[in-house]
Amino acid sequence: MSSPRNVTTESLGVKILLIGSACAVLILFLVLPLIAVFTEAFRQGAKVFMDALTEPAAMSAIKLTLITAAITVPLNTVFGLAAAWLVTKFRFRGRSLLLSLIDLPFAVSPVIAGLVWMLVVGSKGWLGPWLSDHNLQIAFDTPGIVIATIFVTFPFVARELIPLMETQGTDEEEAAVTLGARGWQVFLHVTLPNIKWGLLYGVLLCNARAMGEFGAVSVISGHIRGKTNTLPLQVEVLYNEYQSSAAFACASLLALLALLTLGLKTLIERIAGHTGAKGH
Amino acid sequence: MSISIRSITKTFGPYKALDNVSLEVPDGSLTALLGPSGSGKTTLLRIVAGLEFADPQSGAIHFHGEDVTQVAAGQRGVGFVFQHYALFKHMTIADNIAFGLTVLPAKKRPKSAEIRARVGELLSLVQLEGLEKRRPDQLSGGQRQRVALARALAIRPKVLLLDEPFGALDAKVRKDLRRWLRSFHDEIGLTTLFVTHDQEEALELADQVVVMANSRIEQVGAPQQIYDHPSSQFVIRFLGNVNAIKDPRDPDSAVYVRPHDVGVLFAAEADPATDRLARVHHLFSAGPIARLSLRLEDGQFVDAEISRQQLDELGLDVGDPVAVRMQGASRFE
Repeated sequence: MSSPRNVTTESLGVKILLIGSACAVLILFLVLPLIAVFTEAFRQGAKVFMDALTEPAAMSAIKLTLITAAITVPLNTVFGLAAAWLVTKFRFRGRSLLLSLIDLPFAVSPVIAGLVWMLVVGSKGWLGPWLSDHNLQIAFDTPGIVIATIFVTFPFVARELIPLMETQGTDEEEAAVTLGARGWQVFLHVTLPNIKWGLLYGVLLCNARAMGEFGAVSVISGHIRGKTNTLPLQVEVLYNEYQSSAAFACASLLALLALLTLGLKTLIERIAGHTGAKGH
Repeated sequence: MSISIRSITKTFGPYKALDNVSLEVPDGSLTALLGPSGSGKTTLLRIVAGLEFADPQSGAIHFHGEDVTQVAAGQRGVGFVFQHYALFKHMTIADNIAFGLTVLPAKKRPKSAEIRARVGELLSLVQLEGLEKRRPDQLSGGQRQRVALARALAIRPKVLLLDEPFGALDAKVRKDLRRWLRSFHDEIGLTTLFVTHDQEEALELADQVVVMANSRIEQVGAPQQIYDHPSSQFVIRFLGNVNAIKDPRDPDSAVYVRPHDVGVLFAAEADPATDRLARVHHLFSAGPIARLSLRLEDGQFVDAEISRQQLDELGLDVGDPVAVRMQGASRFE
């Protein structure tokens, strides 16, 4: 005699089909490629792997990626916090417009984003003449890469915080105000602790994307080997020169970053779920 | 510390939340702002707190003669208790209560030992000793509300403002806390203004009831005063059950009488000058009071409340004829 069935549970056959197809997709599109990256990276042995990573062009690519992320992530955290604070705590004209603008970088293809910046700061762009008069180089140099990356990764922190802060409402902040707290005290003691997990999550995603961005950076960087190649760009360059092992070696660093991001994200969800603090 | 509200108007875009509202709240009183949703009572409370500001040039708020109209909420010395408590989720109860003291500028901030002592004092005052280390999510609704009160009192406010303080609690807890708040107020004597849509709560708790509707004040007075002498149709309808009987001779007029003021007599004893004939349409007698629904000859229904003893004396059943005498009826223009 089988145990009583819950009305909302599927039959065993359907369960197997659904879980089976989900696993198949996961393995095919996620697990196999990851395994392939590491297998190919070590195909010619550990020494070739290490040489590929310590080669000057690769080192400068790693350094550029790290610098870009180090500038982009803190800036976008501040921008995202400010935007989320503005949008959720106040009602003003143009609020919906601001919300749409925040989502703009997601809607635009990264290549277009890069192209747009080229049209603005490139030598033939709007600001081109002014920039060269003042001896400032943005396109084909680090500043251009950073700007393009900031644009493309801007929404992550804001989009993570806005629904969270919206749900939390303004009651606690108002209570703090009536108790005599000033603006920065309200933010530090009341708002920030309530959003810390969402903020961390957004920063994590922002960082992953900042380090892995290809399209926009590709357009604006000029691919100057040893100078304006980030790690993803370096992977492409190496692959196009048929140095597949070296390409995969660099790619494995990015894959490692992906795994690390995933691990931290799961950790955050576990802690936040435990304390019920994340809100979604 | 008395509160003086003069000619306050507040508009949100096209919508007028408060229309030229004026009110005096005497020092040490417990005043209720009573009204349905949308009457403006919460907006008025928030303006007194400084969480909202009245339209520019529209009026003034004075605390004991001092003009606080433009003063920010944090500087007004108000204690505000929210309907959903608004306790700081990630802080302990002790830190919650101490918050107002810990954010004081360095010169004015008391030493930590002093702060801890004050927190202990306040926890005793609200009868929650020993809960310093707990977190808000570990407390019941009634306990959270008392913590919110303690937190508001920590800064020694001049006035206490409560926004539907018992709205989020269930009936039994609400009744207990109501009683507790009244005796608490009698003990500390702080000028208190609270918002409620529950007329029973307002009439039971307050020294002064302010009935509000449609962004205006309808009537102000002591609970007894307002209940016995309502000044308008709205007030009599809002405070408790009332019958609105139209006079067949004058269809535009309506006479208002409360169910317990409706006299029910034997049909044979009817006095044609004052009484009307009716039949018992519905009878509910489980409880200390019998509730009757009586149908007049012209089809109107009158609700009456009589004691069980009276019911037994009349020996009534559904369909029986009775005479209805409406004493203490009111008319309004």
